Amino acid sequence: MTGLRVVHPGALTTVQDLGRYGYQGMGLSPSGVLDDYSFRMGNIVLGNDPRSAAVEMVLWAPTLEVTVKTAVALVGGEVRAFINGEEAPMWEALVVEPGDLIEVKEFKTGFASYICVAGGVAVPPVLGSRSTDILGMMGGLEGGLVKKDSVLPVGTPLVPLREMAGRRLGPAYIPDFSGEATVRVIMGPQDDYFTDNGIQTLLTTPYTVSMKSDRMGLRLEGEVIEHGKGADIFSEGITVGAIQVPKNGLPIVLLAGRQTVGGYTKIAVVASVDIHRAAQRRPGDTLRFSATGVDEARGLLLEREALFQKGSALLE
Amino acid sequence: MGLYREARYRTAGDRAVVAQFGDEIGLEVNHRVRAMAQEIESGRLEGVTETLPSYSVLYVFYDPLKVSYGQVLEGLRGIEGRLEQVVLSPPRVFIIPTLYGGEMGPDLEDVASHAGLGVEEVVSIHSSVDYHVYFTGFTPGFLFLGGMSSRIATPRLENPRTRVPAGSVGIAGNQTGVYPIQSPGGWRLIGRTPVRLYDPARPEPVLIRAGDKVRFRPMSDQEYQEISRRVKSGEYIMETLTEGGEVS
Repeated sequence: MTGLRVVHPGALTTVQDLGRYGYQGMGLSPSGVLDDYSFRMGNIVLGNDPRSAAVEMVLWAPTLEVTVKTAVALVGGEVRAFINGEEAPMWEALVVEPGDLIEVKEFKTGFASYICVAGGVAVPPVLGSRSTDILGMMGGLEGGLVKKDSVLPVGTPLVPLREMAGRRLGPAYIPDFSGEATVRVIMGPQDDYFTDNGIQTLLTTPYTVSMKSDRMGLRLEGEVIEHGKGADIFSEGITVGAIQVPKNGLPIVLLAGRQTVGGYTKIAVVASVDIHRAAQRRPGDTLRFSATGVDEARGLLLEREALFQKGSALLE
Repeated sequence: MGLYREARYRTAGDRAVVAQFGDEIGLEVNHRVRAMAQEIESGRLEGVTETLPSYSVLYVFYDPLKVSYGQVLEGLRGIEGRLEQVVLSPPRVFIIPTLYGGEMGPDLEDVASHAGLGVEEVVSIHSSVDYHVYFTGFTPGFLFLGGMSSRIATPRLENPRTRVPAGSVGIAGNQTGVYPIQSPGGWRLIGRTPVRLYDPARPEPVLIRAGDKVRFRPMSDQEYQEISRRVKSGEYIMETLTEGGEVS
């Protein structure tokens, strides 16, 4: 099999796409990319279908050996990456040949970065998605992390490789994931379990991302959020971006790898348009929250989708 | 308390509506949750992508690129008016053959001494009920079951195990259930089933759903080995029966 051979896997490197939906009622987590914005843009750079899968890496650098001629694009949190020892630019299509070595060496900003590939990572879809569900042991490469010597098959490019050179995302669309971010949240579903004081704490004080964060969620440190009616509820569903506050009063922002149900109160949910910005905070970064309404959040999401729909027009 | 006269709706971000039908764990409230889920599934409410039932709450996920919160809410209120007439599909009863005690159920004797009963009485009480599946989730295929006799209720372990084998049947307070995959856990383990409640390699990875029923059937060590072998070779088909009927 040809594609991308894993020389060094990194610590939390998985195959992901936009997620596996329709099975949450059975306990299967949707999984999917942490940063949907960068992922979508990476696929636009390569002229891929928006659902093409990519390699997601979290704060730890893999090395891949190319075994088939194709094109890749590095997107997401800023990394220092090298192809055959030469520093490789991000957010642009890079044609690679068999024998080329892609080394990711340093994560400068953000939490997750992506190696998108022309035609997508062509592992077989399971229940409609190529995403790796680590808890459910399903999708991606046999349901698990990318391992040394595993080979990631690549699909057929939709844009001919000879037209790839120079495909580069316009600078206006390249996000900056360094340092502090304020993300918009929609209050609820259990904001009534908190005191006014607790809600004010969430919306006015900074939170620092803890080292204990992973694909399931960002654990935050900062001022304790005060409950009024207790911290526990009967177990119910969890959405991506939900901000759970357990008894210790410290919020957890749930990300793509979350479990399907939980029994902690959720004070608010990050607006879909801002989830990638929350997910790109790394341990030590600061996250702040501001309140918005459900219709405003939808308006922003529709605007962003209209942007994605411009496709190649976003390229420089 | 109990069943609300009208469902209460809340946002869970910009892609899910939470419909709450009551504030207790009970069959009547859960019936309403599943009736709403069934109506949505059969009518395919515009823009709704999936539903996720739990004890008293239904999560209704929608695509905000297609519909607004207000539109979904309107659709759900329309359905709510006819929930009392909804006939739920009849429960399937799944039989979970279980080897109680010994290595497979290392806490069975503790449960018995806590209850002041003999080991055999505990097994007989545990296996004499059809448990209602309120919902599945947390880990893939994990069953939230209702109906265990309070006579055998036992608190969780003070020090949870770091590794509970898949198939372990346990008790925690007045809950009972099966660990579908190997995971850490603090439930009192009373037995184990070789049946795979979750198998990612199966076309249908999770067989038992909200609204189904589950019965534990005690079995011998010899039968455990036999069923284990059939599960591994893919020949095993879970025993089911229709409610009140005979094992098929």
